Amino acid sequence: MSVEILSRIQFALTVSFHFLYPPMTIGLGMLLVIMEGLYLKTKNPLFHQMAHFWTRIFGLIFAIGVATGIVMEFEFGTNWAAYSRFVGDIFGSALAAEGIFAFFLESGFLALLLFGWDKVGPKMHFFATCMVCLGSHFSAIWILIANSWMQTPAGFHLEKITGLVHTRLPEGYIVQASDMGHVRAVVDNFWAMIANPSSLNRICHVVFGAWLVGAFLVMSICAWYLLKGRFTAFARKSMTIAACFAAFTTILQSISADATARGVVRTQPIKLASMEGVYQTHDYTPMTLFGYVDTKNQTVHGPQIPALLSFLCFHNFKQPVQGLLSMPSDEFLAARHPGLSKEKLAEIRPNYWPVVGAVFQTYHLMIGLGSAVFGLSFLALTLLWKGWLFRADNPLIRALLWIYVFAVAAPQICMQSGWFTAEMGRQPWIVYNMLKTSDGLSRAVHANQVLFSIILFALIYILLFVTFIYLLNRKIQHGPDEDQDHYTKAPGVNDPIATALFTKKGRASSQE
Amino acid sequence: MHQLFHFLNLNIIWFILVGILFTGYAILDGFDFGVGILHLFVKKDEDRRILLNSIGPVWDGNEVWLVTGGGALFAAFPGAYATVFSGFYDAFMLLLAALIFRAVAIEFRSKEPGKAWRRSWDIAFSVASFLAALLIGVAMGNITRGIPLDSQGDFTGTFLGLLNPYSLLLGVMVVALFAMHGAIFLVLKTEGELQATIKSWVPRLIAIFLLLFLAFNIATFFECPDLVAVMLTRPYGFIILGLDIVAAISIGLMTAKGYEFGSFLMSALTMVLLMAVLGISYFPHIVMSMPNPGNSLTIYNCASSHKTLAYMFIIAVIGVPIVLAYTVSIYWIFRGKTRLGHVGY
Repeated sequence: MSVEILSRIQFALTVSFHFLYPPMTIGLGMLLVIMEGLYLKTKNPLFHQMAHFWTRIFGLIFAIGVATGIVMEFEFGTNWAAYSRFVGDIFGSALAAEGIFAFFLESGFLALLLFGWDKVGPKMHFFATCMVCLGSHFSAIWILIANSWMQTPAGFHLEKITGLVHTRLPEGYIVQASDMGHVRAVVDNFWAMIANPSSLNRICHVVFGAWLVGAFLVMSICAWYLLKGRFTAFARKSMTIAACFAAFTTILQSISADATARGVVRTQPIKLASMEGVYQTHDYTPMTLFGYVDTKNQTVHGPQIPALLSFLCFHNFKQPVQGLLSMPSDEFLAARHPGLSKEKLAEIRPNYWPVVGAVFQTYHLMIGLGSAVFGLSFLALTLLWKGWLFRADNPLIRALLWIYVFAVAAPQICMQSGWFTAEMGRQPWIVYNMLKTSDGLSRAVHANQVLFSIILFALIYILLFVTFIYLLNRKIQHGPDEDQDHYTKAPGVNDPIATALFTKKGRASSQE
Repeated sequence: MHQLFHFLNLNIIWFILVGILFTGYAILDGFDFGVGILHLFVKKDEDRRILLNSIGPVWDGNEVWLVTGGGALFAAFPGAYATVFSGFYDAFMLLLAALIFRAVAIEFRSKEPGKAWRRSWDIAFSVASFLAALLIGVAMGNITRGIPLDSQGDFTGTFLGLLNPYSLLLGVMVVALFAMHGAIFLVLKTEGELQATIKSWVPRLIAIFLLLFLAFNIATFFECPDLVAVMLTRPYGFIILGLDIVAAISIGLMTAKGYEFGSFLMSALTMVLLMAVLGISYFPHIVMSMPNPGNSLTIYNCASSHKTLAYMFIIAVIGVPIVLAYTVSIYWIFRGKTRLGHVGY
């Protein structure tokens, strides 16, 4: 296999595995803030017990997120050196800003969140929780700004470097493979770069998705406790908070999903057409509920709702969604392949499409499971309001609770498939309509080196995942500590008797 | 806004800032690595837990210095970032694997009481710390010595070529340096029998480091004639080098006198001055090419635009003081001896 394919696999593997964890910490971080805030307000020890238990879960997830995240910071340089040189001026600054504003904040206050229960007062501890939550959101914001710039580049110009002389290239300059190392994107307007056309939509969409991941994680564990009749008071309270938060987030997410899709229509119409497998341009464009793309005959098979796609894209039933057969435009192709006839250009056109079938499937997976997440969130809220959700003796409710136990996977799969849609839908470009992914590779790296790294990371990640699930399961089985004075009367730093007492107790409990 | 900075040479400022970030990383994660390297030499389970808890609240933040250093290098000198990480590919993948293992070993190790479980993660933690320190040293050695680059700045050497005697010497020196640094840190964080044991190691570790430090300086003199030639044109570099040697010897003197915190500071100062000497003799290069010096990357030919450097400078001016403020606060909150409590590893 070529360096290109292997590098794509390596990136997909490492980023997908990493991306299992940050959404959980972002979502759980919000819930920790809510729980600890409620404790400060009400002084109800149950909230404190909750904050403590969920913090332990948070710590475990966070550690793997950090460990796998370091890889990402350097992978652009190791495998995508040409890309790094091309975009460093812009992309690099977003990563550096993420380090300074997000990672230091997160990791610094994480120390207080995990280890500071006895070292600082409850208000200070709450402040630390807020800062960790804020830090994880900053991290999402900066990395999404960087990625959104790759989707919808803005606020830059291209320049050619010969020796130490930098020449500004005209707008619309077409980057060739031979330009690598001599041509690069340079920032013109920092704010336009940050607030590029897709940043805000994509930040909201991913952050709300992460909140749902966190909420469903809590609901899953609580549903299991309710089914087993363990820690029921704790589980009810935690599930109430998570369910309300999930329902609230789904409202935000529906607004954001609508805005994101319509943003894609404007900025990346080829991606949108691929998501739905639209080849021909017709009025009243239908939406396919599920099915498959017949790439040979350039059509989609599956049940369709007429005019729905037109409505979702334009809030207008008639307006046609542009089909792949007319994109990219002849002018765009002719500029890259001068002197070719219209027929020849039409033959070349599919080279500028992503793998339509794959984008279609990942997108429909996201939409399908996303709808299920919406439904389950509101169902939980309704049952909560009716007072039925916790009646674990009723067989129907039991069945539903089992669904919630496994529903933890649904928002995770949505996040993953959504990312695959976004990233595969951008192909063949690494920087949209500007730099091809195949031109961004490292010249100094050979296929066997990349293969070695894929095997190395695959083995490590399998080991990590198995261990993670094992330890998470242990933590869930153990459950929250019932012993209340343990937390409510945390010893002061200068209280030797209390320290002695609690250290003994603590030793016993932290052995597990 | 960036016009405000026209009177500043931002390329030099970023050379220094990136240097500061990596130096900060060496000092902070240096003692974490040291604790890891020494971990297996401590036998009792409770003592091992104290070791882990001594770095528990801070190791994660310390690692952020590496991530931010990498990000800053990417932002300020993308050419160097691309060259170094694609060039040192295999070594870097091993380093990343080691850093992952270290992180999760710290987190996982005490979660289960089983002997085999704990022993496996203990070994993972220790071996990964050792390997990471060694690889960082080897990478530093190659950067110091120069690596083969083509006219586009891409690495043309091999993995085995990176394992040359000079770079391996620096690798071993970094292992010794971090082990010593970690032991001195542990003397500050432990008490009783455990502290006495670690205290007995410190003089030996200092002696090993000083020997390797001497060997490294002599080897550099012969192996890197270009750097020596540059140093001769910048004689103040020799003053810094002299101070570095004084600082290194002071680690031993302070320890002998029983100034525990003093020897920790001297150990940190040794690293700062070592990086300063490297910076002075290396400037304005970021990655030196050998054997074709014409292909070297400098702070001018692989830097980002003035505008980006200026915006990044503003970000650093706003961000760094805040980061330092809460980093110091957190070290302050977790000061004093490490004891096992109900939270921790």
